[in-house]
Amino acid sequence: MTPETTILVAIGLPIVGALAISLAGRIGPNIREAATAITSVSLIWVVWGLIPTLMEGGRPSIEVSEVMPGLSIAFTVEPLGMLFAALASGLWLINSIYSVGYMRGNKEKNQTRFFVCFALALSATVGVAFAGNLFTLFLCYELLTLSTYPLVAHKGDAATIRSARIYLGVLLSTSIGLFLPAIIWTYTVAGTGDFTTGGILAGKLNDPEIGLLLALFVFGIGKAAVMPMHKWLPAAMVAPTPVSALLHAVAVVKSGVFAITKIIIYIFGIEYLFESPSSGWLLYVAAFTIIVASLVAMRQTNIKRLLAYSTIAQLSYVVMASAILKPLAEVGAALHMVAHAFGKITLFFAAGAIYVASKKTEIHQLRGIGRRMPWTMAAFTIGALSMIGVPPTAGFVSKWYILAGAFEANNLVAVFTIIVSTLLNAAYFLPILYIVWFEHEKEGDKEHGEAPFLAVLALTLTAILTLAFFLFNGPVIELASQVVKGLS
Amino acid sequence: MKLLELLGYFNYWVFAIILTVGLYAVISKTNLIKKLIGLSIFQSAVFLMYITMDKVEGGTAPIIQSGVEDQIFSNPVPQVLILTAIVVGVSTLALGLAMVVRIKECYGTIEENEILDAD
Amino acid sequence: MDLLAHLPALQVVIPMLSAPLIVMLQPRGLAWAGATAAALVSFSIAVALTLAVLDGQTLQYAMGGWPAPYGIALSVDTFSAIILLVITGACTAALLAAKPSIDQQIELERQPLFYAAWLLVLSGLVGIVVSADAFNIFVFMEISSLASYILIAGGPDRRALPAVFKYLMMGTIGATFYLIGVGLIYMMTGTLNLADIQDRLGDVTDINPVLVAAGFITIGLALKAAVFPLHVWVPNAYTHAPHMVTVFLAACATKVALYVLIRFDYMVFQATLEDHEVQFALFAMPLSILGILIASAVAMFEGHLKRRLASSSIAQIGYILLGVSFVSMAGLSASAMHMFNHALAKGGLFLAVACLAYQYRDLRLDQLGGAAARMPWTCAAFVVCGLSLIGVPGTAGFISKWLLITAALESGPWGGALVAIILVSSLMAVVYVWRIVEALYFQAPVEGEGPTSEAPIQMLLVTGFVALLNIYFGLFPQVPLELANSAAALLLEGSQ
Repeated sequence: MTPETTILVAIGLPIVGALAISLAGRIGPNIREAATAITSVSLIWVVWGLIPTLMEGGRPSIEVSEVMPGLSIAFTVEPLGMLFAALASGLWLINSIYSVGYMRGNKEKNQTRFFVCFALALSATVGVAFAGNLFTLFLCYELLTLSTYPLVAHKGDAATIRSARIYLGVLLSTSIGLFLPAIIWTYTVAGTGDFTTGGILAGKLNDPEIGLLLALFVFGIGKAAVMPMHKWLPAAMVAPTPVSALLHAVAVVKSGVFAITKIIIYIFGIEYLFESPSSGWLLYVAAFTIIVASLVAMRQTNIKRLLAYSTIAQLSYVVMASAILKPLAEVGAALHMVAHAFGKITLFFAAGAIYVASKKTEIHQLRGIGRRMPWTMAAFTIGALSMIGVPPTAGFVSKWYILAGAFEANNLVAVFTIIVSTLLNAAYFLPILYIVWFEHEKEGDKEHGEAPFLAVLALTLTAILTLAFFLFNGPVIELASQVVKGLS
Repeated sequence: MKLLELLGYFNYWVFAIILTVGLYAVISKTNLIKKLIGLSIFQSAVFLMYITMDKVEGGTAPIIQSGVEDQIFSNPVPQVLILTAIVVGVSTLALGLAMVVRIKECYGTIEENEILDAD
Repeated sequence: MDLLAHLPALQVVIPMLSAPLIVMLQPRGLAWAGATAAALVSFSIAVALTLAVLDGQTLQYAMGGWPAPYGIALSVDTFSAIILLVITGACTAALLAAKPSIDQQIELERQPLFYAAWLLVLSGLVGIVVSADAFNIFVFMEISSLASYILIAGGPDRRALPAVFKYLMMGTIGATFYLIGVGLIYMMTGTLNLADIQDRLGDVTDINPVLVAAGFITIGLALKAAVFPLHVWVPNAYTHAPHMVTVFLAACATKVALYVLIRFDYMVFQATLEDHEVQFALFAMPLSILGILIASAVAMFEGHLKRRLASSSIAQIGYILLGVSFVSMAGLSASAMHMFNHALAKGGLFLAVACLAYQYRDLRLDQLGGAAARMPWTCAAFVVCGLSLIGVPGTAGFISKWLLITAALESGPWGGALVAIILVSSLMAVVYVWRIVEALYFQAPVEGEGPTSEAPIQMLLVTGFVALLNIYFGLFPQVPLELANSAAALLLEGSQ
């Protein structure tokens, strides 16, 4: 198998898997879960198999169809996308293990539809990661929105439908209303939309326009949840927790920030943007989002909503890191996508495990729960520490790089934002940890133990990954550095 | 002179007036049969327009006779066209009337506003 | 002469002659088979014609061997080829799926006549497209219209009757307006052949009757094409017609009138009248914008499934006209492309509706709750075609939206505003399509109502196939795109 065909296999595999899952669903749940497992393991095998090629400097690329002259469906693997695809496919396996425990533990309906849509969403995610031009990126981006809609609306009651409508409404209207015109504008100006090292727009646009185009892109990519386009993320929390964990902490939201980062690096070109004063606003908007989302998170009483607002803030870290427009910060952005993924998926897994074991959803209900669910809450603690950025967790590594980039650029706004938000993160995570470990249960609380074994297994794994990333981050950094190689 | 010129287009004036009368009936009447009558008047006006434009002053029917030279003919083409158009008009009218019969069977009335009330 | 040379004539003649034949077929159940066979032959002819003109040439055909100014001339070029494909394709797809639905809605004794009328519509529509003669276009237009009145009124729904009556009134007025225009042109040029008219109009000294003719023809055809605000006959006619008739007519009937409108305005008037393209743009652009916005808004609030889609059709006609009104290469090819893609999307949607209607008697949205659980394939096809209607990337609808937006950007200083309008209306399409999807998938079923099984396999197969075509032409639109570009070049060349 040449690397070129591997790309197509990586995208097609989850689709085939979805078919297999839907057929297996008619036979029985165990066969269906086996189909999911086989699909995700083989996806990892296929996607990770591309890494050596990338490390050697290869950039496999394939064109599927030239839809219109100059407008083609094409896929190219470059380091940033490789990182993202490897991350999403790897965590899908762990998430599948967790999903089985969660969905069965909760006795959810329509499980086959759930697993089918999940596989389709993964296919779209890999497509986003490997997209070779703006048009392909847009195509996969929209498919991702549509394939995750049934997952958000999974419960099917009136309140869920309303939230799902917000989810779909915000994501589709931003993408059609802003992202699409930005893409068309780019194609008209540059004549192409291929992701090219150094950008394709240099010298093609004047100063106020470039800021406007950047705005269309940043706000059009609603999945990045840059304020004020963040409303869908808390709304999406009505989804079952595995969806929130993999999609709304990793795949979907990361597709957003990934797209923004990729557009900044490969469409605008960081040097070109750095010299255009009208693009400076992005840093401030991202900083604003970080601070405000953290403040809002402090006021949340529901665990999942708190995590959602924390996600909004953390996403803007990535956006802000890209907006610093220095190679070191771009590496930080790439690292933060990974680091945050490990931490946040652990937190969501823990929240779901709490819900399955005890049906608790509010923070004040968690008094002393650490003694009943020690594994879950230990993992939760690790995840929370990673969000704050305490060593020895993953969050520390990426923050380090972002800070270094900010100092390199002499960007005091970014430095200040990172410091303040770290304090805010501590201010809303530490009280939870205190409640969990040091307060005592209320009298008459329901007796319960740990969540189902598979769920606990999954969250333990991700917690270990969060810790391990602090020590063994060499390959990731090497891959991320490839992104900026030859840039500065 | 101006007046004479206008009067010279007498047949076109008739066409325009009949056309308007027909259209008015179609729009203003609520009885479906009357609407159809209006439609027929409207179409007849167009037939007149075609007939009047093929008339050549002093022309006769376009039949070639042996031995007669320099004969002036009226233009036969519009007449042929309008024969076709008359057939179309008649079919439309017949179909329209058939619809009215079905409407009467189903609704018991052929007044437009009463039909609208019935549903 | 080989067979290819006769294809333009056969395209019209075969369905027309099949119509009386299938009335005589015994037993009566064979009528469907006969009609479907005729439609399939028509479709094959259309494909063969398309292949023949793909290199940009125009096929001319003189009926009975009489050369053009005297005899009846037919001509087929790339623009006609697209429309021929749309008409015959929609007709064939509808007929292939039709049997169960028609059996349910129309008694067996009347079926042969019904199918005969169906073939007459087909023959009339293709006749309009291949005619090179202004008067023959009128005759074919009336053949197809009269037959389509019969089709629409043929179902069990009595509300179809007043709807048809209204359609008949407005359709006849439209056709008569066209006839007046053609008469005036004949008066000034002495010919009915479109190419000859174009040649001779330049020599006409008194231009006023020609201007009046342009007005009459444009308005008359706009009425037939349901251009906003002349669309009032559409919603009821589509809603109450037998479901399969809606599939056929919604996919192609109005587009054919629009085809003639475009032909006339580009090939005949713009070539000869000074500033006609400016006047045409001034006429068409505001109407199309209003149509897009208002009809989309209306569609958002319609409670009946078919009526909602019918309103959307009016908005889509607006898109096509908007592209035409740019009078540019990009705009015209966007329009031609949208004719093709919208037929795919709307045809697929109405096919899915027909499947639903096979099981549900009441097609109001609040009655359709939970349909997806019982009819998963139908609903999946509906979603795919709905996405194509919205213009989601990866579907056929996206291609024409993209072309239209690029054309709007090139169209001049107002390009940005036009793009905004197109995008806003796309969002409205999201709203009106998604409301249906929500009803199908998430709304609670009405107590004691609803089907226990899917629609017949015959209908499902066709519906699913059309849905897949929506995806296929979204990823590989090269062939229709080539046709559309060539058609646009042809039209612009004609207007130079």
